[in-house]
Amino acid sequence: MPTDFATGLRCRVCGKLYPKGPTNFCTDDFGPLEVDYDYDAIRPHLSRDKIAKRPKTMWRYRELLPVDGEPSVGPQVGGTPLIRADRLADALGVERLWIKNDAVNFPTLSFKDRVVSVALSKAREFGMRTVGCASTGNLANSVAAQAAQAGLETFILVPADLERAKIFGTAVYGAKVIGCSGTYDEVNRLCTQIALKYGWGFVNVNLRPFYAEGSKTMGYEIAEDLGWRFPQHVVCPMAGGALIGKIHKAFTELTRVGLVDQPVTTKMWGAQAAGCNPIADCVKSGRERHKPVRKPNTICKSLAIGDPADGYFAAKLMRDTGGWAEDVTDEEIVEGMLLLARTEGVFAETAGGTTVAVLRKLLEQGRIPRDEEIVICVTGNGLKTQDAVFEAVEQPAVIKPTLAEFEALSGTIGAEPVLA
Amino acid sequence: MAIKVQVPTPMREAAGGNAEVAVAGATVKDALADLVRQYPALQSKLFDGGKVRPYVNIFVNDEDIRYLDELDTAVQDGVTVALIPAVAGG
Repeated sequence: MPTDFATGLRCRVCGKLYPKGPTNFCTDDFGPLEVDYDYDAIRPHLSRDKIAKRPKTMWRYRELLPVDGEPSVGPQVGGTPLIRADRLADALGVERLWIKNDAVNFPTLSFKDRVVSVALSKAREFGMRTVGCASTGNLANSVAAQAAQAGLETFILVPADLERAKIFGTAVYGAKVIGCSGTYDEVNRLCTQIALKYGWGFVNVNLRPFYAEGSKTMGYEIAEDLGWRFPQHVVCPMAGGALIGKIHKAFTELTRVGLVDQPVTTKMWGAQAAGCNPIADCVKSGRERHKPVRKPNTICKSLAIGDPADGYFAAKLMRDTGGWAEDVTDEEIVEGMLLLARTEGVFAETAGGTTVAVLRKLLEQGRIPRDEEIVICVTGNGLKTQDAVFEAVEQPAVIKPTLAEFEALSGTIGAEPVLA
Repeated sequence: MAIKVQVPTPMREAAGGNAEVAVAGATVKDALADLVRQYPALQSKLFDGGKVRPYVNIFVNDEDIRYLDELDTAVQDGVTVALIPAVAGG
């Protein structure tokens, strides 16, 4: 039985088809390559029943992923909860709201575990021994952890000013971490040059077409957990701008292979930080192409990509689906993080706060109707970006362990005894 | 000493197999015109109807020309112009 239904890599600009290999752009026009599938061949191999019998991981949709045979890296990734968020819905004044919670993804607590699992499985298929990435943090954590498990040598390049927890959470897995004094975009460019010269598998460079496909599984899971249907709105954080497109692509594919009997009418909404908003600015100003941001300046470092590779496609998608993009200040991001934590018990990283704050802004603008179904994507874990909210959270009172001291304090912290 | 254009691997076949090409010109636009004059096969890879293709990024001494004066960015001898595919990220 065939397991890899990918037919090749197709240029998103000119449509030229390339054989599957570690390459990410068209040699004619440098357009990005995307995995092409034979959906008619996939259709008879997939059914809701068949999927339901498989383990609850991202690989339950493996016919729609570009891996030959069983995935050799990250077989347990994905299957994160879709939470009905009624308390956050009340706080925002909407009726039906869900959180897709990749803050608890395995193994490194972000949606990047999905893309890395595909990229490194593919790197092994290609016989690569050395892998790496440019990263704003979450990708670095995931590549380091999954490469360690796969026994691959790993080089990771990050902006040197990244959150300590993200650099530490990479080096702990034994990856060679190189902090570069520069922006993510400069680090990324260096990786492109290294990948071309050394032939290593950079997950977000020469393995990018395969890598990016992993993000689709977030979309499959949302649809399956809603009962094999699509929400009316998806709000998604944007860094490179790939995730928002892949979630929409996932919905389109589910219709294409007959798993969902409904056309895709979901409106896609993108969230960025005001201090690095190239895609949101592109949408709001009506530009066809984004203007890169030279020096991103935001606490939301995981979204601080000034020159997003998928900026053009993300902006077009939002316009085409009837969605929109917004950006929010660092203060609004912190408020969003706290609101999410205090209404739903979900401690998201700064990107999650950005997404919540952008949803609130879009609701206030009247762009998203309050009585329609909304899914927001939380892509990373707040434990990695504690510094961003540390000042905003009250520090605990300290007392001696006596009832007298507790009662002296209880008036000020609002503790009322149940029994008199 | 001339202006040095770094040609990425996938374009080298169209540049006579060279990783670097020496060119002359006062602006990036002139320098690329000289490059294309020497290797006409690069024309369609770099340009689409007179405009630089959207996924070709151009750097002058490591600075993206979109932060400078785009194609009108001044160059002189000793400067390195790098052509780099824009598709990466995330």
